[in-house]
Amino acid sequence: MSYFLNTDEIVQTIRMIEQEHLDVRTITLGLSLLDCAAGDIRKTAGKVYEKICREAHDLVPVGEAIEREFGIPIVNKRVSVTPVALIAGGCGGDLVPIAEAMDRAAREVGVNFIGGFSALVQKGFTSGDRSLIASIPEALARTERVCASVNVGSTRAGINMDAVAEMGRIIKKCAALTADTDGLACSKLVVFCNAVEDNPFMAGAFHGAGEAESAVNVGVSGPGVVYQALQECKGESFDVVAETIKRTAFKVTRMGQLVARETSRRLGVPFGIVDLSLAPTPAVGDSVARILETMGLEVCGTHGTTAALALLNDAVKKGGVMASGHVGGLSGAFIPVSEDEGMIAAAREGTLTLDKLEAMTCVCSVGLDMIAVPGDTSAETLSAILADEAAIGMINNKTTAVRLIPAPGKTVGDTVEIGGLFGEAPVMPVHAASSAEFIARGGRIPAPLHSLRN
Amino acid sequence: MKAIVSVFARDAKGITAYITAALAEQNINILDISQTLMQGYFTMIMLVDLAECEMPFDRLSQHLRSVGEARGLAVHVQRQDIFDAMHRI
Repeated sequence: MSYFLNTDEIVQTIRMIEQEHLDVRTITLGLSLLDCAAGDIRKTAGKVYEKICREAHDLVPVGEAIEREFGIPIVNKRVSVTPVALIAGGCGGDLVPIAEAMDRAAREVGVNFIGGFSALVQKGFTSGDRSLIASIPEALARTERVCASVNVGSTRAGINMDAVAEMGRIIKKCAALTADTDGLACSKLVVFCNAVEDNPFMAGAFHGAGEAESAVNVGVSGPGVVYQALQECKGESFDVVAETIKRTAFKVTRMGQLVARETSRRLGVPFGIVDLSLAPTPAVGDSVARILETMGLEVCGTHGTTAALALLNDAVKKGGVMASGHVGGLSGAFIPVSEDEGMIAAAREGTLTLDKLEAMTCVCSVGLDMIAVPGDTSAETLSAILADEAAIGMINNKTTAVRLIPAPGKTVGDTVEIGGLFGEAPVMPVHAASSAEFIARGGRIPAPLHSLRN
Repeated sequence: MKAIVSVFARDAKGITAYITAALAEQNINILDISQTLMQGYFTMIMLVDLAECEMPFDRLSQHLRSVGEARGLAVHVQRQDIFDAMHRI
């Protein structure tokens, strides 16, 4: 180890952490629950609880020790598990007891969220998938920490439009069951196309069937650091902007890699991936929208936003990929509206619209995320929004996700208060013209061609 | 284990003596030291060796923090690895 003391570098690191919100956003322990399938709901729930408590017991203390020793905040410690439809499908009926077991285990080990109340139905439903999806509203309303996700499409399978139609209704039910908290359950439900198996970020994390027994996956962040770095290249060309973002992303990711390796060593669990995502928080100075604006856009959402986001997203990946041994998860800039102070301001001001957000999701991770829509939006309209987003994912060979909150009783101009890291969202208008007949067709949208790509 | 001790303060009078004495009390060897003024703040960075320090890292970190607070200084101690990881390929 060198004795070389570079004050500038050390002060830069400390400044990034103290003033620019640099942190590791999440350490997520992926756990296989395939050995918990018992065919009986009560027995399966018991095994699920025991396994999570046993395997994730040290996650929080280890994470906190690393935080203190390295002086780097690790905002969240979380657990993701095998999609529950795969392990509890055989039990049939109501799967809420499994969600409750997951919730109890999460509380016991001290993680704030546990993901994996999930089903993968891109090509069709098993009976277990149907049980799981039907259980989602109750499961999310009755638990605090459980997150659910459903994959409704993929580039190889196409889009399951029956699932898309069903998920519109499920989102409405989630909102109705948690009307007293502005539809909080909806913020814990993600509808995916091309879902990834090693995503460490909630609410869409699950531990895929192709994964090992367990894995440590780490999500880095740092919009504030990128924003500060770009402050210093005002008026410079895009070549300089891209290079600056790459350099910054490299540093941020190296830190994530170090934390991932150290967590893996201390827990005795293999290192999975580092997810190179710019994940904003509602805190001022930790916003992706403000990065786009600092490139020269008056308000995020105006013309040029998609191009700015494309550059940002690509440069983050290029900078990060060399800094980590294994990159995976979602890896891209997130544009959740309620969790990003700049997005909230742009949406409130009216420049950032649902249609522009949809366009932006073509060039970044992940999708229409944490968007509040009027409470009287029909299930069919929600489904049609899901279908549009899934189509973008399917055609572009990328992951897309949707988290919509049709907040009961709220309308355009109101604000939905979700609280904590979820932030607050101004209710955005949706188109009034009906998509009901389109959604009522059902069936599947066929998988797209992989050649003739224009 | 090597660590970086960083000290930020408004005024420089006697700080070096104060902090290095606190480190010596815990058997901590200073390998390198650098002092500078940054945006009006006195900034001292030290590379230290904790091999002979008996206090566990966690307690040491809290101890140095409170030693600093008694004189209005911000004192951080962090493992050196994080700086190496971030700035060295």
